[in-house]
Parts: sequence; structure tokens; C-alpha cells
Amino acid sequence: MTAPEPLIRVEKMQHSYTMAGESMTVLKSLNFSINHGEFVAIIGPSGSGKSTLMNMLGCLDVANEGDYFLDGQEIRKLSDNRLAQIRNEKIGFIFQNFNLLPKLSAVENVELPLIYRGMSHRERREIARNALVRVGLASRMNHRPSELSGGQQQRVAIARALAGTPPILLADEPTGALDSKTGKEVLEMIKELNVQGHTIILITHDLEIAEQAKRVIRIQDGDLVEDRKVVPS
Amino acid sequence: MMLYQSMKMAFKSILSSKIRAFLTMLGIIIGVSSVIALVAVGQGTTSQITESLSSLGTNQLTVNIMGRGATTSLTYEEALALNEIEGVDNVSPVISGNVTAKHGTENVSVSVEGITPAYEEVQDFHVQSGRFLLEMDTEYRQKVALIGSDTAEDLFGTDNPVGQKVQINGSSFKIVGLLESKGSTSVGSSDEKLLIPISTAERFLQSKGVRSITLTTTSNDNVDDVKTKLEASLTAKFSAAENAYSVFDSREMLETVNETSATLSLALGGIAGISLFVGGIGIMNIMIVSVNERTREIGIRKAIGAKKKNIMMQFMIESVVLSGTGGLIGVALGLGASWAVGNYTTLNVAPSWNMVLISFSFSLIIGVLFGMIPASKAARMRPIYALRNE
Repeated sequence: MTAPEPLIRVEKMQHSYTMAGESMTVLKSLNFSINHGEFVAIIGPSGSGKSTLMNMLGCLDVANEGDYFLDGQEIRKLSDNRLAQIRNEKIGFIFQNFNLLPKLSAVENVELPLIYRGMSHRERREIARNALVRVGLASRMNHRPSELSGGQQQRVAIARALAGTPPILLADEPTGALDSKTGKEVLEMIKELNVQGHTIILITHDLEIAEQAKRVIRIQDGDLVEDRKVVPS
Repeated sequence: MMLYQSMKMAFKSILSSKIRAFLTMLGIIIGVSSVIALVAVGQGTTSQITESLSSLGTNQLTVNIMGRGATTSLTYEEALALNEIEGVDNVSPVISGNVTAKHGTENVSVSVEGITPAYEEVQDFHVQSGRFLLEMDTEYRQKVALIGSDTAEDLFGTDNPVGQKVQINGSSFKIVGLLESKGSTSVGSSDEKLLIPISTAERFLQSKGVRSITLTTTSNDNVDDVKTKLEASLTAKFSAAENAYSVFDSREMLETVNETSATLSLALGGIAGISLFVGGIGIMNIMIVSVNERTREIGIRKAIGAKKKNIMMQFMIESVVLSGTGGLIGVALGLGASWAVGNYTTLNVAPSWNMVLISFSFSLIIGVLFGMIPASKAARMRPIYALRNE
């Protein structure tokens, strides 16, 4: 018997940019895999290549070399449209600066990934409302992002990531733009989501935040330098 | 579903910057409204002229005599002799001049035409009371006159002019008939004139003779044939001098009018095309600005699963909504302007629904064409680049 296929499998992933005629290797032959239900923090200083790695994992970009399997799907060979569809179905993004659309209300922002799935108005409104209730924003459905606090905006973004029920939540410095108290709340919410069964990949440069995860992958100069389980304290 | 959502978004973003949207649409608004208004005026005028021409019938020939050397006109007998040309039905020679007509203390300057009885049928101009001029009147050089309705009112007020006397350049004429009212046309009023027998006019006006003859042919089909013979006969009379006379047939005039209006329409279409094109460039310009401003939005949408075609669609719809709204405003403005011209000036207007439809669809097409480049620029954007953009 072979082990069940992991949710994410990265093999010899390598990526380099050419900048001003000079080739810069950002990722150097990375190998790791992430299983269903894990809570992984990818940590590294700025310039370590962790943002590039997150773009690769989030299917926003495709690595020059190596293989990436997401939920059994080979990512390298796919067209832009297919990648868009995979992002839509497989990945829930939570960004540092929330990335909400300012002209849309909270519920409309949460609906957005469902629109691109071709879901009917009534159906997606229902799902979006439920997602907002889940993150505790039942009373803020029709507020614009500018009418919400930073913590509330990030919760709208989490609701948006949850709405499409993707197998992976990809959080890029989710607390980076928040004060420490709201940051802690948002992190608690993310931990709670993991308890409920969501697979979470958390990108951060902050070791303290990374320690909240169950597994830490440390990236330095494009190399995987550490991959360890976190012992609950 | 996507379409509805995109249209809602497009309207939202237009409403959020009203002045910018309005300025963007201005080119289209001006283009569409000017085409509709100008074409309405052009077609109104054309149809008016066409109508008055075709009421004369298409079997008419008009001869104008400029003359050559000492022979500057025909006598009316010579003119009547044209009747002998095969295919000619009626000949109506006219001697015209200007006179002062007087009744009691009323005094008007009016044009007078010496005519034969054939005039009634050829010009389709009848009396509303009294009688028309008769052969006898011509034969005996009777001092009788028909009076136009406006002139009658000037001289006699509300009295019935028939049977009354009028002094024309000092000579007394008896009014035997009141002409029907024809209203004014582009060539002047038909209701301000006096008609007298041609033989009387020849003497009375001391005119050199007939300079204008209108003929009708026996049918619509032999107009060209008769024209050729007529020209041959006139050429003989004027010793082959060119420019001594000219012959028009009403079909030719209709054709001239139609050609002119076709040229006019083409010119209008050109102006419209240019202004819509310029309007389109305005739309493309603002759409490119809009795409650049919303790079981040495009990045977010792509990150959460928008495909190229979704982004393309969104910006195309925005562009078409912009140009279409401009087109609608233009249609309203153009129809309003046509209505105002028709109501407050003497010009005839005929707003053409075809033109409304064409210019509006043109504005939509402009939106599609000029939205294409900005929209595909947006659609091609790479999500990581677009997300990095602040």
C-alpha cells in the first residue's frame, strides 16, 4: 500500500528571475509535502524567497523547474484560465492588506469567488451571508470596507476565503497590518478554522506567530533549512 | 448572471465619477445628437422640395430662354407653335413682369404673369371662385385678371374680389377669378401674383416676349424623346447658339435634388463618423486610465479566480455602457434639437428613426471597438504583477 496522496507535493521546485541581464535564483530545488488538515507556517526573512514560494503554492505563478502537485493535479502544464479555475476552487487567499474591493459591500466581496464559479445570485448570497456569520460579522454585511476596522476587514477577507470551501487556506502575513490585539484575534480564528479541519498555510516572518502553527518550514536564501513539528507548549 | 453583475459594476463605477464619465461621453453625445438633428433637417428640406417637384408631375419640361444677340425670346405664337412637336400635350408660355396694383387707396407691388389657359392644367393651379382665363381672353387681349389669394387680401381685405376692378400700372383690369391658396415654397409665394392673358401681357408689359415655357408631354415615358425634339427645334431657332436656352425636365430636377441630398447625407455621415471616432478615442483613453487605476482590483479578481474572459468582459461592458449611455443622451438631445428646430424655425424637419437606430448602434460599436485594447490589456495582466501594484 502506498501512502495517500498529500494535498501539496513540491518536488525539486526551482525558480529564477532574470533581472537586468543577471539571473537570480529565488528558489533552490525545494522538496516538501503538506497533508490534509495540517497547519503549516512558512517562515523566513524578507528576501528569503517565501513570497515567491507562496505565489507558486497559490498558483499565481508557475516555477521554472520542478513539479508541483496540488490535490493530485500537476500545476506546471496548465493554462492561465485553468490556473484561475484552480485558484478559485482550491485556494482561499488571506492577504496582509486584506485586498477587498473598496466599492463593494462586505457581502458582495465575499460573493466574488462564487461569481466566477458561475453560481446563481441567490445561492451565493446565502453562502456569503453564512460565511460572514461564521467570522462574526453578521451585523456588518452591507458595510463597505472603508466603514470597517482593520480586524473586521481581515475577517471579511477570511469569509471570502472560506466562501468557496477550498481545501487550502493560504494566509500571507494575515496579521501584518493589524495591531497586536486584533492580530491575536485573527490568528485565533485561523487556528480555530484548522481545528474545524481546514488545511492552513501561513506565510510569516514572525517566529512568534509561526510557533502558533503545528509545523514550521523555514526558508532561507531559497533553501529549505528547517522543517519541524511544533511541540504544543 | 455575470453580465448583469458586470453591468451593475459598470454603472457603479460610472456613477462614482460622474464628471469624468460625462466628459468621456461628450464626444459620442455630440456625434450622435448632431447626426440626428442634421439629418432630420436635411431630410425635412429634401422631402419638402421633392414633394413640391413631384406635385408638378414627372411629364413636365421647363424651357428657360436666355436668348442670343437680338433674339432674346420667343413670341408667344412661336411658343405655342411648340405644341406641334410630336408628343407634346400642353404648352404654357409665360411672360412675366412686376407691376403696381391699386384698388381704392390700397397699393401693392406684385408680380404679374401673362399666361394661356393651358397654365391651369400644367401648373395644377385652379381658381377657388370665379373662372379661369379663357382662349377668348387671349384672343381679344381682354383686360381681365386672376388674383392670388394673398394679393386679394392685401387689396380687397375680406371682400370678394371677383367682379371688381383693379388698376394695374394705371390700366383698369377686371378680376374674373380668385386663385386657390398654394402657400409659399422655397421659390417664393404663389399666392402673391396676378395672372393676365399672355397677349395682353405682351403689349402691356412691353415685354420682349416669352422667356419661360412649361410643357407637358402626353405620357411619362416620352419625356426624353420630346426633350430631344424640343431642343432640336430651339437650336434651329437660335442658330445653334449654346446657352441660348435651357430645358429642364422635372425628373431631372428630382434627380438633382436627390443627388444633392445624397451628397449631403454622405457629408453628414462623414462628420458623424469623425466625431464618433474622436469620441471613441476619448473612451479608449479613459478606459486605459481606468485599467491602470484598477490594476490592484484586477489582481485581486484574478487571484480569487477571475479568468481572462471575465476581466475582458468587465471592461468591455464598462466601455460599452459608457458609449451606449452617451449614445442615448445623444439620441435624446438630437431629437430634442430637431423638435426645437421644427417648432421655432421655418425649416422642415423629419426625424428619421433609422438614423436614430443607426447612430445609437454605432455608439455601441464604438464602445466595443475602443474598449477592446484597454480590456485586453487588463485581461492579460499577470496576477502577481497586479497584486504587487499599490
